[in-house]
Amino acid sequence: MTEMITVYVPCDAAALSVGADEVAAAIVAEAARRHQAVTVVRNGSRGMLWLEPLVEVATAQGRVAYGPVAPEQVADLFEAGFLTGGAHPLGHGLTEQIPFFHHQQRLTFARCGLTDPLSVEDYRAHGGFVGLERALTMAPADICTEVAESGLRGRGGAGFPTGIKWRTVLDAKADEKFICCNADEGDSGTFADRMIMEGDPFCLIEGMTVAALAVGATQGYIYVRSEYPHAIATLRRAIDLAYEQNWLGAGLHGSAHRFDLEVRTGAGAYICGEETAMLESIEGKRGMVRAKPPLPALEGLFGKPTVVNNVLSLCSVPVILAKGAAFYRDFGVGRSRGTQPFQLGGNIRHGGLFETAFGITLHDLVYRFGGGTASGRPVRAVQVGGPLGAYLPEHLFHLPKDYEAFAAEEAMVGHGGIVVFDDSVDMAKQARFAMEFCAIESCGKCTPCRIGSTRGVEVIDRIIAGERRDENLALLEDLCMVMTEGSLCAMGGLTPLPVRSALKHFPEDFDRPASAPAQAAE
Amino acid sequence: MTDPRHSGTEAGSTAPWPAQESSSVRPWDAAVAQQIIDGFAGQRGALLPMLHALQGCFGCIDDAALPLLARSLNLSRADVHGVVTFYHDFRRTRPGRHILKVCRAEACQAMGADALIAHIKDHLSVDFHETTGDGAFTLEAVYCLGNCALSPALMLDETLVGRVTPARFDALVAGVRS
Ligand SMILES: Cc1cc2nc3c(=O)[nH]c(=O)nc-3n(C[C@H](O)[C@H](O)[C@H](O)COP(=O)(O)O)c2cc1C
Ligand code: SF4
Ligand code: FES
Repeated sequence: MTEMITVYVPCDAAALSVGADEVAAAIVAEAARRHQAVTVVRNGSRGMLWLEPLVEVATAQGRVAYGPVAPEQVADLFEAGFLTGGAHPLGHGLTEQIPFFHHQQRLTFARCGLTDPLSVEDYRAHGGFVGLERALTMAPADICTEVAESGLRGRGGAGFPTGIKWRTVLDAKADEKFICCNADEGDSGTFADRMIMEGDPFCLIEGMTVAALAVGATQGYIYVRSEYPHAIATLRRAIDLAYEQNWLGAGLHGSAHRFDLEVRTGAGAYICGEETAMLESIEGKRGMVRAKPPLPALEGLFGKPTVVNNVLSLCSVPVILAKGAAFYRDFGVGRSRGTQPFQLGGNIRHGGLFETAFGITLHDLVYRFGGGTASGRPVRAVQVGGPLGAYLPEHLFHLPKDYEAFAAEEAMVGHGGIVVFDDSVDMAKQARFAMEFCAIESCGKCTPCRIGSTRGVEVIDRIIAGERRDENLALLEDLCMVMTEGSLCAMGGLTPLPVRSALKHFPEDFDRPASAPAQAAE
Repeated sequence: MTDPRHSGTEAGSTAPWPAQESSSVRPWDAAVAQQIIDGFAGQRGALLPMLHALQGCFGCIDDAALPLLARSLNLSRADVHGVVTFYHDFRRTRPGRHILKVCRAEACQAMGADALIAHIKDHLSVDFHETTGDGAFTLEAVYCLGNCALSPALMLDETLVGRVTPARFDALVAGVRS
């Protein structure tokens, strides 16, 4: 009998979407055929998504990577001796020496891809629950202070300091308080929330439990978009396991505290990512945005003081508690502290998740690590920060990823999404889509957003068709102004951002002969 | 070896139905519907979980479900109707046996989603929100499936598919139909 060898095949939805289950089954079958003892562990994704399905083999030197593996290549991998790290055209050497991985600073995603996401033992063995154990020894106000001193700002888009939000909820007097995790992740081009919920769900449970201790909450909800059935299933399993092992519920981990946690499923409305619309939705209502004040921190879910935080904000909390505020704050630049998991998507050669300190430039992300476009054509534009984010041309790629530097260019870091387009993109069409998306997803409460976006589509159509262009461009500018000024929330308020950036940086696309195809379109 | 695709039960709820549409739905049955609704009794903000469970069971939110929901939650029928119509997920008519959601958002656009969508509509002879003549597929648009590094992406029932090419799509459809 040969020695037992551990092989890792991710169970992340992205890996599954390109055949990870079939690859895992092929490995099990081939090992049986060869009487080779193999344990297949279904880990989270390492985030090098262009290599998925990425198979790793545990060797004395470390984990060795092969990918992207197709089921029909599995026999060949065995033939090449991949179980001992043998050379093969799909081989990449040690996983952690792959440049894309090696140059990251993984704090939030430290465990993602290393462990079996549904093993509490694995989680513990890799530093899990250390932060919560420390929080259990601290006064609530001290937990808030620790998080405030780490410099952590909300990763959901608005960048509000997390510790200060928690302090507000702590100071509010009420018979009941809530922790609501915003896992709506509606921004196109982003998938970090999904990856960590599927790859390290206990990290989110731990972060939410720390938040509960910090503010005195006893009930938590994770609001996950319905487009993520796999993440929902993983979270529910993880929550069950956490209850079984007393990391949730009454007397958690032998303390006097109680914290209950439940997953709620969204229903396909982008606006329910806006925090007050999300609260309405959890309450069982239409996802209409509430006017602020009152802040959710004071009158949130069911009118009670509520912490609303993004998945990544909450998943950054365990490491801050475990290693201290100073450790986290030492990463980053200016008022953007710590790390951000950037997500490289669209037309990019090396798409995936790249976690690093704030301050890295777009150029490094897109070219040095991203490898340029997947199509091999020149990069023309990147959209940063989701569908409400600006389109930036190459001459702005020197910008450091930093909340303030981006704001100065009328752009935003948002949830860290970076979508790359090659030179076949038609920016007038992208601007039209921004308006169309707003028209589809507007909650309907304010006229500039609800009606303005529909008018926006029509005006851009006329510009594209070459009808009275100057007049219509002026009209579009007015419309953008009205939406920016007259919208209650960022849906209507920021939709002009992608539109205006397209107009500003790519004016030639709005000035073509009406019937001419987009530049270099095939 | 654990497989996280086995869905766990929801803490604090008793819903054994998947949150999303599934391909095995049953005809409307008021008694079953009431049983589903009662399963959420006492849960706060229960309307969305109830709607998901009803749709998971019957494929859509039947008109006959509205009064049952309204009565159970002490809401007006108009309130319930308002919620059902607000959310893109909830459908009022029974869909095809499989639901195909194709991503129309930016990362997928950058990888040729528009051309893929044109191919899909042509291949299935349907537009968005329509069901194929054989009742096999209902086509829907979706705005990001969180698979933006493996674009273009689509979701067939609850299975995510990445790097979709027209050829891969045709094979997928043929596999389901056979
Ligand atoms: C239209 C719109 C959509 C939003 N979508 C999300 C989302 O999907 N996820 C998220 O965490 N925050 C989203 N936000 C931001 C939330 O309103 C809120 O700022 C955030 O959840 C607070 O958490 P944080 O401080 O941890 O970032 C959205 C905001 C708007 C205006
Ligand atoms: S800006 Fe749009 S989405 Fe936001 S509250 Fe107004 S109508 Fe609703
Ligand atoms: S934009 Fe299509 S999956 Fe994200």
